[in-house]
Amino acid sequence: MIFLYSFLFCGVVCLIGQIILDNTNLTPGHVTGLFVVVGAFLDSFGLYDKFIKWFGAGTLVPITSFGHSLIHGALAAAEDKGLLGLLGGMFSLTSVGIVAAIVFGFILTMIFKARD
Amino acid sequence: MNKERYKEITDKIIPKEDKLKNGIVAFLVGGFIGLIGQIIVFILENNFNVVHKDATSIMIVILIFVASLCTALGFFDNLVSKAKAGLIVPITGFAHAMTSSMIDYKKEGLITGIGANAFKLTGSVILYGVVSAYIFGIVRYLFFGG
Repeated sequence: MIFLYSFLFCGVVCLIGQIILDNTNLTPGHVTGLFVVVGAFLDSFGLYDKFIKWFGAGTLVPITSFGHSLIHGALAAAEDKGLLGLLGGMFSLTSVGIVAAIVFGFILTMIFKARD
Repeated sequence: MNKERYKEITDKIIPKEDKLKNGIVAFLVGGFIGLIGQIIVFILENNFNVVHKDATSIMIVILIFVASLCTALGFFDNLVSKAKAGLIVPITGFAHAMTSSMIDYKKEGLITGIGANAFKLTGSVILYGVVSAYIFGIVRYLFFGG
């Protein structure tokens, strides 16, 4: 059942993104930026954690989970170290995704050529 | 040619995008990627005994690697132009933006090309993510006690 919920959650988030793209002049860059802020906002009340519990790993796939992971790591570190932890823990959960994207992107750029 | 006449002509020539079809395609493709993510986590947890937290990280790494590879091979752009938000909103869009901006500027050199343009598209995601997370985090920490 969790598979269906994952499908539905990720699909609905993408559908909202497509509706915004189709009906406004915003570019994909605007939409992804907006979704990250929305994800961070939802997690500041612990709502996104409940989504993860209800809908499974499908909630971690859309870009909204990037905002969620940023604030989640920051708040977890803030419990130990106060305001300094808010700075230090910001990337503690998202570094996997960012570093993977940078490293794979760079290595593959070295191997492949640009296509027209 | 005045502006109204120009708009009239361009409206006729530019094909109308079918919003309903776009929405359905984005829903199905995006949902499918979410499903793949859940399946990867399920397999890792049950067949390889990976802890849940590590399994989700590995799942994200796999999705990013596949998206980067498809971008580097050159056929991800076609898929994005068909599926649109279905591929842009998931983490695949993040990897695609990063790899494509690196590969597009490869000919301008390592520093001024790849180095300077790597975060051209993903920079806004990281910048606004960090700034908003910091502001929401401070509000939560100071007013709701962490």
